[in-house]
Amino acid sequence: MNALDVEGLCIDFHTERGTLRAVDRLSFSVAPGRTLAIVGESGCGKSATALAILGLLAENAETSGRISLAGQALTPQAQRAARGRELAMIFQEPMTSLNPAFTAGEQVAEALRLHEGLNPRDAMQRAIAMLERVRIPEAARRAKQYPHQLSGGMRQRVMIAIALACKPKLLIADEPTTALDVTVQAQILALLDELKRETGTAVVLITHDLGVVRDHADEVVVMYAGRVAERAPTAQLFNQPEHPYTIGLLGAAPRLDSRRARLASIEGTVPDLRNPPPGCRFAPRCPFALAACEALPALAELAPGHWVACHRAPLDAVIAA
Amino acid sequence: MWLWLLRRLGQVIPTLLILSVLVFGLQQLMPGDPALILAGEERGDAQVLAQIRAELMLDRPLAEQYLHWLWRVLHGDFGFSWRIRMPVGELILTKLPVTFQLAAMSFIIGVVIGVPCGVLSAVWRDRPADWAINGVALFGISMPNFWLGIMMILLFSVQLGWLPPSGYVPLWEDPLMSLETTIMPAFVLGTGVASVLMRHTRAAMLGALSQDYVRTARAKGLSETLVVGKHALRNALIPVVTLGTIEFGRLLAGAVLTEQIFSIPGFGKLVVDAVFNRDYPVVQGVVMATALIFVTLSLIADMLYMAINPRLRTA
Ligand SMILES: Nc1ncnc2c1ncn2[C@@H]1O[C@H](COP(=O)(O)OP(=O)(O)O)[C@@H](O)[C@H]1O
Ligand code: SF4
Ligand SMILES: [Mg+2]
Repeated sequence: MNALDVEGLCIDFHTERGTLRAVDRLSFSVAPGRTLAIVGESGCGKSATALAILGLLAENAETSGRISLAGQALTPQAQRAARGRELAMIFQEPMTSLNPAFTAGEQVAEALRLHEGLNPRDAMQRAIAMLERVRIPEAARRAKQYPHQLSGGMRQRVMIAIALACKPKLLIADEPTTALDVTVQAQILALLDELKRETGTAVVLITHDLGVVRDHADEVVVMYAGRVAERAPTAQLFNQPEHPYTIGLLGAAPRLDSRRARLASIEGTVPDLRNPPPGCRFAPRCPFALAACEALPALAELAPGHWVACHRAPLDAVIAA
Repeated sequence: MWLWLLRRLGQVIPTLLILSVLVFGLQQLMPGDPALILAGEERGDAQVLAQIRAELMLDRPLAEQYLHWLWRVLHGDFGFSWRIRMPVGELILTKLPVTFQLAAMSFIIGVVIGVPCGVLSAVWRDRPADWAINGVALFGISMPNFWLGIMMILLFSVQLGWLPPSGYVPLWEDPLMSLETTIMPAFVLGTGVASVLMRHTRAAMLGALSQDYVRTARAKGLSETLVVGKHALRNALIPVVTLGTIEFGRLLAGAVLTEQIFSIPGFGKLVVDAVFNRDYPVVQGVVMATALIFVTLSLIADMLYMAINPRLRTA
């Protein structure tokens, strides 16, 4: 059974200037012990998706579709009960995601007290053990410190300790390393991999960095302007990207292998979601666009597990011609 | 910490000195000759007047009067009241507990009403309950204390006969009576404090509730009560505590009118009587004591701020 199933998730935000659909018919699944990456430029609906799974979207959001955790439908009540137990999340901003008024140890222990009914002393003991587990040196001393006394990487480790304290079935990591420098980034991601192997937790790894995806994900969902552009096993996606947007992103991914980190970029910007282009939302920026692209491209399975939403896929034929 | 304390004291001393000069100087501008007032029936007798002036050093240059006064104050002696014939220090010490009791009660009322209302109106932001709380707070701020005081006396003393309209019984003589005599003025003063605290708590809570750590607390599975009452409030209270301390200082110093209305023999009444009687030593003593209380309270406020703000405590 999958740890997480998302089927036809739609998220609308009602704002003063009208309603915008931030996520449109998104579907994916993650099996226990596997990592699914969600990739896309800023504003394409990644965080909204994560918050929808936890049930923490802002009040002006309206969602539809089905989300199931280990086969159980996640109603708002079920989300409330699952948060912090079966369902955990770490956020992009380690500098601000911890409460400045409580020590690191208190913030880890709090979850244990709540969910496992531990008394304060046992909870603190376990919290210190968790901090050791996320490789915080001198965990007992660090547990007594406040967030401002810890570095960004250390704080993110504390966040991971909080998230994993109650052994969740699903961990959502929303750009967990974006705010950290490169070496710390690698350490944190390696730590997440290791903990995932030990606990069998399923991971949804949200990132805009394809380099991270290649090394840490089993499957990838590429999102563009709230829709799935392409979805494939990681190796498949890197070997044979089919969607023009994915190809553009691959061009934009920093390539450390070629020594000079190259950063090409896709021209243009993401569309205004209040007023998106008809049909394929990538059309205004797509070098392959045709008249047909004014109609919505359906998500089609080109190869087993490799789904693409593009009128011109497979592109091999196009490029060869 | 010690260095900080020293620096703070370094700021305090010049402030107090300048204030004392101002008090001394401004008194000269007050119309009316204290010697004339003190002479009473014998104000026609030039010899008596001269004697009074000599006794009170009023015939000396102002600078000499000031230095003489300052010298004694530095030795803990605030002089003698010209009118009541009591040492000013003693006078202050007998009046201070009265005002302190009133201020403490008002403050408790203000905190108990103001802080929870601020929290609730932040949680219910832009909904009818929020508008209602804000409306009442605006009312509380704009309503003159003397008017509210008189209305309360009319209702609770004259109409219902539940509470004595005025007067004061010390706490240690008859605690219940004491509360009865002070509850109305405390409420009058407390409403103002509640309104101020409510608005600041609301603003601080709105700021705290929009922080990422609140989202983290929710993601941990905490109930909304814990999210608001623990994670957000703990941070929101940091600025509110400082403000609260200042409000307490304002209560100690600023209850003049309310004390008059309810005939509470506190600080306010003391200074008003002293001004009317040109009882300069009392005026000077009260002003300096008030300033000292203020300075001490703001020092306490800063120390509290450091104590509850881990960023400053451990920096
Ligand atoms: N509370 C909200 N109200 C209105 N629009 C929102 C809200 N939250 C997110 N959005 C919009 O939804 C879109 C997706 O946002 P988000 O999921 O944060 O993107 P990402 O995480 O991929 O960068 C963006 O256009 C963003 O402006
Ligand atoms: S559908 Fe058309 S516009 Fe959209 S990505 Fe494919 S080729 Fe480009
Ligand atoms: Mg995001």
